[in-house]
Amino acid sequence: MSLLEVTDLQVSFHTADGEVHAVRGMSFSVDRGSTLGIVGESGSGKSVSTQTLMRLTPGAKVSGTALFEGQDLLTVSDDRMRELRGAEIAMIFQDPLSSLHPLYKVGWQIEEMIRAHDRKISRDQARKRAVEMLGLVGIPKPDRRVDDYPHQFSGGMRQRVMIAMALALNPKLIIADEPTTALDATVQAQILDLMRRLQAEFDTALIMITHDLGVIADMADDVLVMYGGKPAERAERRTLYYRAHHPYTMGLLRSVPTAAGGGDRLRPIPGQPPSLINLPTGCVFHPRCEFVMDRCRVDEPTLDPAGPPPGADGHDPSHASACWLPHDAVGLGEEAQARRLAAAEAGRKGKGAKPPEPPDSAGKPDTGRPDTGPQAQGPDTGKGPEGPDTGAGTQEPKPKPKGPGGAPDGGTG
Amino acid sequence: MLRYVIRRLLYAVLVLWLVSTLVFVFLHLSPTSVERTIGGPRASTETLEQIRRNLGLDKPVLVQYFSWLGHLLKGDLGQSYLNGTSVASIIANRLPTTLWLVAGAGVIWFIGGVASGVYSATHPRSGADRIITGTVLIGLSLPSFVMALVLLYVFSTKLGELGVHYFEAGPPLQEHFFQRMILPWIGLAFLMVATYTRLTRGSMLDVLGEDYIRTARSKGISERRVIYRHGLRSALTPVVTQFGIDIGALIGSTIVIERVFGLQGVGQLVYQSINLGDTPVIIGVTLMVTLFVVVANLIVDIGYSFLDPRVRLA
Repeated sequence: MSLLEVTDLQVSFHTADGEVHAVRGMSFSVDRGSTLGIVGESGSGKSVSTQTLMRLTPGAKVSGTALFEGQDLLTVSDDRMRELRGAEIAMIFQDPLSSLHPLYKVGWQIEEMIRAHDRKISRDQARKRAVEMLGLVGIPKPDRRVDDYPHQFSGGMRQRVMIAMALALNPKLIIADEPTTALDATVQAQILDLMRRLQAEFDTALIMITHDLGVIADMADDVLVMYGGKPAERAERRTLYYRAHHPYTMGLLRSVPTAAGGGDRLRPIPGQPPSLINLPTGCVFHPRCEFVMDRCRVDEPTLDPAGPPPGADGHDPSHASACWLPHDAVGLGEEAQARRLAAAEAGRKGKGAKPPEPPDSAGKPDTGRPDTGPQAQGPDTGKGPEGPDTGAGTQEPKPKPKGPGGAPDGGTG
Repeated sequence: MLRYVIRRLLYAVLVLWLVSTLVFVFLHLSPTSVERTIGGPRASTETLEQIRRNLGLDKPVLVQYFSWLGHLLKGDLGQSYLNGTSVASIIANRLPTTLWLVAGAGVIWFIGGVASGVYSATHPRSGADRIITGTVLIGLSLPSFVMALVLLYVFSTKLGELGVHYFEAGPPLQEHFFQRMILPWIGLAFLMVATYTRLTRGSMLDVLGEDYIRTARSKGISERRVIYRHGLRSALTPVVTQFGIDIGALIGSTIVIERVFGLQGVGQLVYQSINLGDTPVIIGVTLMVTLFVVVANLIVDIGYSFLDPRVRLA
């Protein structure tokens, strides 16, 4: 059984502007000692979802289940939740300056947490433990630094203090919410290194939230890509890097500086993340998608298996993607790109200027994905071997219909 | 730290000198004639002249100023024009009443304001929060003499226990201390409770939204501890700062409350001295009030470095 099993988590907030659908159905699991990376832009729901697991989002409307060792984090009593926080599940936050109390010594802040969970432990023992933890995370002269205030530490050192605090009670799961975003690049590498080392040492499971695919590449076993409050794609780390399916994931990969390589210019994803109050119809990503098809505007894709079928080379049973493009058109390679473009082409009824919402779309779910393979319907039977590319010759996509929100087409790829 | 305090004290001396000089100049420009007060309405011109000579008022203003300043440097605030008693002893006589008034009111408004502010902040948009914020608005818009008169009316005429006779000027302060002080305290504290509730509520709401409060919750400590140990500890810093400044400033602005409740404090003294044109007393009180404000500010600044380890005095 997984350590943490989240099923159909939904979180929304009531605001003056309307209902904010921060998380709209998210399922994932984390095994003991493993690392799950959650990637996405701001507003994709990645932080809200994990803070909801810790019940740190007051006023939120929450549904779904989150089983942590068999108990549902979303429904356990407040007292039980308090016992779990810190001791079983610890958190590391983004900005280490604002996340430590400025008026208390760092040692005191670690001791407080230790003593909150173990009333029998003496102040001296708690302090010893705090010093030990500070030493473990690489803070020099921990026996003296324990009496310093947070402002007397540098950013990287403060994050080390946060890590020391998170590990102090040897929790089973650590949720790290953008732990390196506020740090500069060299320090970032050190902190990630430290986390990886300590994770192995303590055999702790880790949920790593970030917008930086580079961080995930170093750390994660599995990756969940979030967009507009929903998972866009889920896969093992290697699969995601080499056989990404969702256009959003590919956009993220192309906008990572190192991934651009070869002097290519970075290619940002055009447009803005969606408003979580007025979500686009259909696929939430369609206003920004270069492969947008007619059905994308009306039909929200489900998270279905993607990539090569079972038995085939590069099959990843955990790989799933919420996109109507052919299941097997994966990766950044030219051939896959050509097939995507062809599929997108075929998926657009009228070429040229066409009104955005085809009224007939609801009546044609049977078309399924414009998959090139002949047997694309079954969600978990793999996709067959590659079919003939219907539009293999079509290199240039035709002008696209204008998106409903005047969606910019960006580079056509 | 020591150097900082010394520098601040030197600065305080400068402020005292400036304030006293300004008051001196303004009072000598004003048309009140103390000799008429002393001599009475039917005094002859010669009598008035004589009185002026006796008080040294016939000399040029600059001469008067330097003579006064010379005495001041020796710690002598001069004598009252009216009865010749030393200004210092007059103030010393009146000061305890005012100090008790401000101190008692200070305790009430600080505790009351912080308590209702914290409650309001931790129960946002609840019924109690709405009632508290509504009352605060009333408190802020009500002049203190209105409140004082309402209290006096309600408690003194309707209830025999706290009868009007407690508020007659004259008997020493120790007599019926609490019966005499409780209404002035409330009267003075009422508006301040409102201010402090607002201040605490705002500060507390800010702090409770901070990242380190989220960290505290994620550590698994009790909500009570999160709010008081982590939240209030930070939220109090600006409140305590304001408290120090207000206490200092209030010593000089209790006139209304002292008048209404017949307390013979510094406020009354100022009122009487201005009516009579007793310049040395007015300047003496002004200097004392200035001193209180300056010292209160110094204490606040020094206290700040204890409240917040990030602040270093230099």
